[in-house]
Amino acid sequence: MTRESFVNLALLTALVAVPLWAWVAGEPFTITLATRAVIFALAAVGLNLALGLGGMVSFGHAVFFGLGGYSMGILAHHAQNFLPLYDGLIVIEGTKSMPVIWLVAIVVSALAALLIGLLSLRTSGVYFIMITLAFGQMFYYFAISWRAYGGEDGLSIWVRNDFPGLNTLAPIQFYGLCFALLLAALWLSARIARSSFGLVLNAARQVPGRVETVGLDGQRAKLVAFVISGAITGLAGALFADLNRFVSPTMFSWHMSGELIVFIILGGAARLFGPVAGAVLFVAMEHVLGDLWDHWHILLGALLLVIVLFARGGLIGLLAGKARNHD
Amino acid sequence: MTKPVLEVRGLSKRFGALVVSDGIDLSLRAGEIHAVIGPNGAGKTTLIAEICGGLAPDAGSVHLNGRDVTGLPIRARAKMGLARTFQISALAMEDTVLQNALLGALGAAGRPWRFFRPVLSDRSLRVVAEAALDRVGLSHKAAARTAELSHGERRQLEVAVALTLTPTAFVMDEPMAGLGTEGGARMTALLGTLKHEAPILLVEHDMDAVFALADRISVLAGGRVIASGPPDAIRADAAVREAYLGDEA
Ligand SMILES: Nc1ncnc2c1ncn2[C@@H]1O[C@H](COP(=O)(O)OP(=O)(O)OP(=O)(O)O)[C@@H](O)[C@H]1O
Ligand SMILES: [Mg+2]
Repeated sequence: MTRESFVNLALLTALVAVPLWAWVAGEPFTITLATRAVIFALAAVGLNLALGLGGMVSFGHAVFFGLGGYSMGILAHHAQNFLPLYDGLIVIEGTKSMPVIWLVAIVVSALAALLIGLLSLRTSGVYFIMITLAFGQMFYYFAISWRAYGGEDGLSIWVRNDFPGLNTLAPIQFYGLCFALLLAALWLSARIARSSFGLVLNAARQVPGRVETVGLDGQRAKLVAFVISGAITGLAGALFADLNRFVSPTMFSWHMSGELIVFIILGGAARLFGPVAGAVLFVAMEHVLGDLWDHWHILLGALLLVIVLFARGGLIGLLAGKARNHD
Repeated sequence: MTKPVLEVRGLSKRFGALVVSDGIDLSLRAGEIHAVIGPNGAGKTTLIAEICGGLAPDAGSVHLNGRDVTGLPIRARAKMGLARTFQISALAMEDTVLQNALLGALGAAGRPWRFFRPVLSDRSLRVVAEAALDRVGLSHKAAARTAELSHGERRQLEVAVALTLTPTAFVMDEPMAGLGTEGGARMTALLGTLKHEAPILLVEHDMDAVFALADRISVLAGGRVIASGPPDAIRADAAVREAYLGDEA
């Protein structure tokens, strides 16, 4: 076992042990914190497919996080108020079923990612960052002005949505669900990174010209990666809304997009578990330091600075040493 | 005379006031090495970019196996077997040597849309990639990170990636650049055997290699072909001596 997989395993063990301990000890708030960390991790694992593997620095991934959140919010809102979502030739009802909500969140985010990707991938570098940021702002202001779904105030959902066979109101059960989805996304990312597609994407990031000269379409590979990436982040958005039983335009805000990037940099870009380590560290800092000091973001900024200057591999890099090639 | 594998007709290109390709006619026939020499800035790399599709000429055409490919993108020409090596190595530095070769094999096989199966477990791709590495003498470095290779080994890997495409024609931009005497000799030997698989359009500054390998030589200066012919004729050409060769030949 390499040192990196040891670090990864330790991280996973902690993500199982700590909530279990909190459950036994009757500390539901700790479980909620862990759930928050795991959902952020899932969102960042999604982003990392675009950013770490594909080299696309998207400053607009909050779009997908928000779309996932609003997919949940809108469907559950209609279900709890017994108002059909669409009442025409056919009647579409809202739903409180998590699997259905997830599917909608994934499809909606993927479609949005396809559109945004098609337009944004005509550019690269700082223009790509700016255009994705612009999309984020568009969605943010759209959500604010969308009175039917709460506008600036957002939407409250009274009861957490259902999952067959589980009591999602029990924090530990909802946590288990989120954790399982994170594992699935990590598994998917690992497979993709080693696949033919991953090889193309990896090369498209490093030497775009080379990919074309062997007859491959690097841009299309990036677009596909962007879509998968957006879909995963969208799923995380649906979970985040369910955790808070609340959605608001802040899920679309550029702060959110920035935080997702911060998770990846904190944990280590291009490391499978980088986003997980980053999200966990962030939530821990937010909780511990945030209690002590309102301006804890200053410390976060300083930490980011240190990492960018001295430890490019992030937390995983510090613990596991130099990146090894997946083989 | 056999039909040329690669043919360039009246290729012209200017960057603003600078004429970089000036009515270039050139052909590459099966089994030959056609060297293109010329001073720095003569327009050799630009010519290669026009041939391979990275740069659109203002006028003229490029033909591959008798087909006009002038409007086709890089990718399409690569799929038709046009294999380019770069003057400055264009390799995925974070990847292993084998992965770089696999990328070429993947392109040749045309199946990049596989999301789950580990590419390293794809036997048919590995066979192609490993054979190419073997040809250039890099088998022992297959698992090394490309960033750890020496300059010469990177040049070898460039050629290996081109080989994975089972090309119909090679277009090589200074494959000897920066190789020592020994590395240069090894590369010269390799190119001498490669030309029987696919002809090589060889842009090169190393005159020893050029005169050892080339069946024909064209001299480019200021974007124009000022001389073209067998090595002996080029060596004797007064205009060439003045423009480029100096005392070297
Ligand atoms: N994109 C560009 N825009 C403007 N000028 C260019 C561009 N690319 C190349 N040039 C110019 O065109 C001329 C030919 O360049 P090119 O790279 O083809 O020369 P070369 O023969 O390959 O030289 P070398 O032997 O140094 O590799 C040079 O003067 C170069 O500065
Ligand atoms: Mg050149």
